[in-house]
Amino acid sequence: MTAAITSPAFRENAHQALEDKQLQAVLGTMRTGFSVKRAEAAAALPEFEALRDSARDIKNHTLAHLDLYLEQYEAKVTASGGHVHYARDAAEARRIVADICRDLGAKTVTKGKSMISEEIGLNDHLEREGFTPVETDLGEYIIQLRHETPSHIIAPAFHLSAAQVEQDFRRVHTQLPPERDLSEPVSLLNEARQMLRQHFLAADVGITGANFLIAETGTSVIVTNEGNGDLTQTLPKAHIVLASLEKLVPTLDDCAQMLRVLARSATGQDSSVYTTFSTGPRRAGDADGPGAYHVVLLDNGRTGMLGTSFQEMLRCIRCGACMNHCPVYQAVGGHAYGWTYPGPMGSVLTPSLIGVEKGGHLPNASTFCGRCESVCPVRIPLPKLMRHWREKEFERHLTPATTRSGLALWGFFARRPWLYRQATRLGAATLALAARGRGKFAALPFASGWTQGRDFPAPEGRTFQAMWAAEAGKRRRAGGKPGAKEQNP
Amino acid sequence: MPQQTAPRNPPQQPRVGLFVTCLVDLMRPSVGFAAAKLLQDAGCHVEVPAQTCCGQPAFNSGDRATAADLARAMIRAFSHLDYVVAPSGSCAGMVRRHYPELFADDPDLRGKANAFAEKTWELTSFLVDVMGVSDVNASFDGVATYHDSCAGLREMGVQAQPRKLLGSVRGLKLVEMEGSDVCCGFGGTFAVKYGEISNAIVSEKAARISESGAPMVLAGDLGCLMNMAGKLSRQNSATAVRHVAEVLAGMDDLPPIAAPAAPATGKPGAA
Repeated sequence: MTAAITSPAFRENAHQALEDKQLQAVLGTMRTGFSVKRAEAAAALPEFEALRDSARDIKNHTLAHLDLYLEQYEAKVTASGGHVHYARDAAEARRIVADICRDLGAKTVTKGKSMISEEIGLNDHLEREGFTPVETDLGEYIIQLRHETPSHIIAPAFHLSAAQVEQDFRRVHTQLPPERDLSEPVSLLNEARQMLRQHFLAADVGITGANFLIAETGTSVIVTNEGNGDLTQTLPKAHIVLASLEKLVPTLDDCAQMLRVLARSATGQDSSVYTTFSTGPRRAGDADGPGAYHVVLLDNGRTGMLGTSFQEMLRCIRCGACMNHCPVYQAVGGHAYGWTYPGPMGSVLTPSLIGVEKGGHLPNASTFCGRCESVCPVRIPLPKLMRHWREKEFERHLTPATTRSGLALWGFFARRPWLYRQATRLGAATLALAARGRGKFAALPFASGWTQGRDFPAPEGRTFQAMWAAEAGKRRRAGGKPGAKEQNP
Repeated sequence: MPQQTAPRNPPQQPRVGLFVTCLVDLMRPSVGFAAAKLLQDAGCHVEVPAQTCCGQPAFNSGDRATAADLARAMIRAFSHLDYVVAPSGSCAGMVRRHYPELFADDPDLRGKANAFAEKTWELTSFLVDVMGVSDVNASFDGVATYHDSCAGLREMGVQAQPRKLLGSVRGLKLVEMEGSDVCCGFGGTFAVKYGEISNAIVSEKAARISESGAPMVLAGDLGCLMNMAGKLSRQNSATAVRHVAEVLAGMDDLPPIAAPAAPATGKPGAA
């Protein structure tokens, strides 16, 4: 099993999120935050669109030859003194990590930000096994204190206000003077740094994720803004890199190309503050570095996506642009999605990894506005892939019965133009009559989902096709020159 | 942004099939008459083949078989015409972007579907990009803001064309709202299936419309318009909501969407 799943309760989760005033206030800042910064960064780089093509092509090429690049990568890691471990699923990955920690007699395990760690529920497992995992990314540190999961893949504590973080710090950091001033966000950052410093020094093992794995050199790459990743991976006895298979790119040059679209798409930065390349453990004569270097490569369902239409999803570089531009994410936030990956990328990936039976709501909860695809740095056709999930659900009769029968009834009429015209004439007339000149309905029994928050506009009363036919008939009877050929009796 | 390439030499008086869309047919036929008038004014010969729906609701619900059946009927009904034009970026986008995808594995229909997609246009982009219209010879006193419906914008490249035509309407001033390219939350069946979320999204849109200060909001898709009109009406907002074609065709005697019927003038619609 993986991290806890509440995706089947998406509707209820979304309801709670919409009722949560504090969360709504934070989400309200999105519309002028990430998306504006990304647009400015993209506009400032004339070749940005070409770079997106190139990033897509690099990933497509890698996925088409994944076996070769995995072998090359493993050989290079091994040659540099590191170890590569393959984990078929979450349980295997957790066991491998815990075994490495146990072999080193570890107590404290520091962690850089890793979504794979979230996916496999690593922290809970390490605690159960007697280790003390400490998140060192500020956002991850905060949500660890709160026993929460990330609500955004690059801003894990996005759902929280500074005031809430202050409360948590006062609750947990009881050794510090209660009268200290934490009113400024920077004071929160400084306090977290102060608390984390002792953990960095005490850590026996440091775990990071990887933004990219480079086959040519056996290098793992992390991209951060806080520098916590560097302290996490260089100070302890061992560095464990936790990454999924599709993080591979063939060469250093390829990685450099990918980096040019990553930060711009994510935060609008030209480049993140720290970009760190790690190749193997500390060598003789190195001033610092970990004594051991392990890479745990997670599959957890990804190879099952290869060769299917969902292979395109494996291009994802986890920049978060799709969720930053998604009206649904902006309305309900990340936790509503009910598993590790929220937003449009999660709506495609989650059913692939946990099954469409559990993740089926997510690809349906989209307006298909297409804004996600329009900003994706690797041009993943997210709406198309969400639609593919809807097709799979329909084929397997997982679509809700009311939707199926509604579609069948509508399809019956829409396939029969004559019958359709009679039905729509009757429908338009009946609805218009029922609206009694008010122009709208405040409630409609078959569309309560609509009318709970909105009026439903009333039809004018006659269908266009009936009116057009009547006009054409009039013209014919008048013997005038037909302005339009009649085809619609 | 995908942009259709206009044919080099459009026919002098092209035969245009008006694909009125099922929503306009049922809910607001005046938009169909507005579209017909604009096309005729531009020199097109307009025909209205018997039609039902392009199949988008089925396609987006995962029911490809029903979508393909309706697509086949559409392709047959409009086969003899030079162009197919819809007062909707979403329905035109379904044909233009998704019919080829729907029949990609069907050797009999693939060619027809591609050709059909090629000749299908959204109304304002057809007028500007194919017919070269720059002035619609209409007047409309007032201020309006324009919402970019998602499929028109991102599947059909409709953005400058409606603004250009609106710019030619005498007396009309266009002001931009913040985030005119952000979804209104309609999303077809999404608006009912996930009504609470849809309502939250359209509430944001209504706020941006109100902040623009314009007493009228225009768009090119009736689904989005019904959603925005329904929200504004529920908020007792006086903002008028209209299809862009109504203003371009000078149909200001028609009550706005979701507004009470005007006192009888003896004139049905504005046809």
